[in-house]
Amino acid sequence: MLRNDIAITPDLVASHGLKPDEYQRILDLIGREPTITELGIFSAMWNEHCSYKSSKKWLKTLPTKGEKVVIGPGENAGVIDIGDGQVAVFKMESHNHPSYIEPYQGAATGVGGILRDVFTMGARPIAAMNALRFGAPDHPKTRHLVAGVVAGVGGYGNSFGVPTVGGEVNFHPRYNGNCLVNAFALGLANRDGIFLSQAKGVGLPVVYLGAKTGRDGVGGATMASAEFDDQIEEKRPTVQVGDPFTEKRLLEACLELMASGAVIAIQDMGAAGLTCSAVEMGAKGDLGIELDLDKVPVREERMTAYEMMLSESQERMLMVLKPELEGVAKAIFRKWELDFAVVGVTTDDLRFRIKHQGEVVADLPIKELGDQAPEYDRPWIPPAKPVVIAPESVEAPDDIPSALLAILGSPDASSRRWVWEQYDTLVQGNSAQVPGGDAGVVRVEGTRKGLAMSSDVTPRYCEADPFEGGKQAIAEVWRNITAVGATPIAVTDNLNFGNPEKPEIMGQFVHAIKGLGEACRALDFPVVSGNVSLYNETNGKAILPTPTIVGVGLLPDVDLMATVAFKAAGEEILLVGGHGAHLGQSLYLREVLGREEGAPPPVDLAVEKRNGDFVRALIADRRVTACHDLSDGGLAVALAEMAMAGSKGAKVALDGVTPHVALFAEDQARYLVTVPAGAADAVVAEAEAAGVPAVRLGTVEGDALNLGVHGAISVETLRTAHEGWFPRFMGGEIA
Amino acid sequence: MRSAVVVFPGSNRERDAIKALTAITGQAPAVVWHQDVTIPDVDLIVLPGGFSYGDYLRCGAIAARSPAMQDVARKAAAGVRVLGVCNGFQILTEAGLLPGVLMRNANLRFICKEVKLKVANADTDFTRAYGPDQIIRCPVAHHDGNYFADPETLARVEGEGRVAFRYAEGTNPNGSLNDIAGVLNAEGNVLGMMPHPENLIEALHGGLDGRGVFESVVKTLAA
Repeated sequence: MLRNDIAITPDLVASHGLKPDEYQRILDLIGREPTITELGIFSAMWNEHCSYKSSKKWLKTLPTKGEKVVIGPGENAGVIDIGDGQVAVFKMESHNHPSYIEPYQGAATGVGGILRDVFTMGARPIAAMNALRFGAPDHPKTRHLVAGVVAGVGGYGNSFGVPTVGGEVNFHPRYNGNCLVNAFALGLANRDGIFLSQAKGVGLPVVYLGAKTGRDGVGGATMASAEFDDQIEEKRPTVQVGDPFTEKRLLEACLELMASGAVIAIQDMGAAGLTCSAVEMGAKGDLGIELDLDKVPVREERMTAYEMMLSESQERMLMVLKPELEGVAKAIFRKWELDFAVVGVTTDDLRFRIKHQGEVVADLPIKELGDQAPEYDRPWIPPAKPVVIAPESVEAPDDIPSALLAILGSPDASSRRWVWEQYDTLVQGNSAQVPGGDAGVVRVEGTRKGLAMSSDVTPRYCEADPFEGGKQAIAEVWRNITAVGATPIAVTDNLNFGNPEKPEIMGQFVHAIKGLGEACRALDFPVVSGNVSLYNETNGKAILPTPTIVGVGLLPDVDLMATVAFKAAGEEILLVGGHGAHLGQSLYLREVLGREEGAPPPVDLAVEKRNGDFVRALIADRRVTACHDLSDGGLAVALAEMAMAGSKGAKVALDGVTPHVALFAEDQARYLVTVPAGAADAVVAEAEAAGVPAVRLGTVEGDALNLGVHGAISVETLRTAHEGWFPRFMGGEIA
Repeated sequence: MRSAVVVFPGSNRERDAIKALTAITGQAPAVVWHQDVTIPDVDLIVLPGGFSYGDYLRCGAIAARSPAMQDVARKAAAGVRVLGVCNGFQILTEAGLLPGVLMRNANLRFICKEVKLKVANADTDFTRAYGPDQIIRCPVAHHDGNYFADPETLARVEGEGRVAFRYAEGTNPNGSLNDIAGVLNAEGNVLGMMPHPENLIEALHGGLDGRGVFESVVKTLAA
């Protein structure tokens, strides 16, 4: 019988985020009252963040297999084949709750966690991205959160030495009480050099590596599985503190150790720290694990077993090592000045046994800790279908140039230069395309290959129609990867929603997943990893449904990569996919007319695929000189971005269309390309033959975006509007 | 030309430096661990960018006291050329091998962007591949690159033509005095610079302007 000094009261159970029926399940499972340490362990394993208890049923419906998929969801990160015996390893993960409480450290450790997920599998991180959502610019916390989160993302990634090659930043009042910080990392490994968490072999040493354990982040995963209220300041101690210098050393030490052949299994200590990593290794390997906490390197005195098991101190790893190579392993870790301690052993009894100061403080069935977590089929109601807004009912602006400048200078469409200039985009020397284009591209060291990646979701679309919004997120990622010339391969998803116990929130979740799944299947774009973040609510108010998607694609040769900048005067501009007419949920409607309403643009996945395949083939044949996808702000914003990037104007004719509709519609499956003078006839003819609408819009010329009778705006004026908002906002000049 | 790159546990542009040296000198550099007490006999020692020991307080202060740096100081005194880029520049000032200090950027933020540099002295071992007053492109990526020296030191450095590069055309990103981006020691064999020439050496980087720094050393040795 285990000693139990602390009575397990209903209040204590509730404060661990466990419902009465969940606690009953624990009692049934172990046949006695748990110790306080055991209660902490259950809380850590059975919270939403770690157990996916509300989302699992629906996640299973997503397509996860494909010709290039080496390892799908379930490991630390997904793995895809990129040829020549090489693989790309990637995942996106949220750090929303901690970042709202303590923006710098929350964001920094979000980056640290995702980097660790990638190198735990044996891959050296070669690119990072992040998707950030903040509240309204005029909300009193927004500027503080933006400054802290951006500095935290940069502070960690820059020091670690991974280039940040892309990302997103959005503002919306629905994020006033919950910002979103979704961090992505991608690593490179050899196909035969992948490491997994599954322990193998009885009686082998379980080794603790990296930084020491402290009291930071205790209960972090449980905190991240709850809504916020006005007392969130009290949750600051649940946020971890990052140390990128230690992470960098841990990376180098782990890769060196893996190369030495000593590693049997490895798992990083992320959410729920030592508990989750040890259970994962044992449960996956059908083995028990016994830990002696007196051997755990600690940086604070008198830590209890409870604190050690729930600490989320960063930069720590757990491994099962070949005993005969323990000396080799120790030497590597000494070289990098990291802690190395044998803290336990694998057993054959399938128990998770924890000893502390000579006493057993926890003794639980290891498989059940993971497998028997509650799984819910939560009730949900389908979201109401939004009304489709007829284009003719949307009024024209007073003048088109002013409308375009208003959109370009709006919080959501303005340049993010203020943000990404704080990220090291160049370290490692392989960055082929940095933020500002359609996708980030890095060369695969030592080859001509390029990996393209893009992060997308349009939350206002998802709010209006989660199903179409889910489809659109996948389609836009696919389109952005296509627009640089790469072949899309797979995605990672980071699903951010409100409280799943509310049927309308669960309805958003279910519909978004259905939309994601349909698009992934149609575009042959499987999900290989992901993360779910629920309970993004404050005082009962939920965020916009935000299923962030990062897609990864392959360029056979980085020389074939397309960019958005206009290249030379006289080149002809073609609109592939034709003119659009959908203004519901458009930036025009919101920023110019002040209306956030209607149905989002529908996504015809067959058209998406047809148009994208056509554009990708043109790029591969070196027949286009620039390419840009159409998304937020439609044709007008895309033209302006190409003009600003190339410091060249364009003369564009809008024949036979309603100008403000054609310029600002956000219809999907569309691209702008430029072709050398004289080459347009052939491209248009081929497009017609392929059933792809292609409109000759005009030519690159002069130093203004010239829309004929609708006005002209100099590239300099465009740039002033586009570049102006962010620095002025952060400088306190506006909002 | 033989070269070496000193690697500290928190270096992160050592691979970039190794690639640049290999591509431009035609020979892979020796890689020296910060705990090594002896650096091989080479013509050029490079201290790469990064966060040598985490650099949470004074960048480069701990690295300047590492075993490898003791030998760098000896070799520099013996005339071996030493190039410190970014964190390497910070380490060289902390080690007393170069005058001045690098403070936090004026806007207190990390800055990664392309700037313009003017070759302020084209008659040095590290710049002779460029023309006098030539304007080149070069990226920067740092949080602490704001060059400062007391008036007397600054006057001496300027008077002796020891400013190798200056930020040009209004692109000073960090508030450095006199737009200083790179300085030499009195003997001219040690250069520290905040910008990263190793990140602008091939078509993929969008330009070749950074090659000149390394080519200058090659040219000097060939003369």
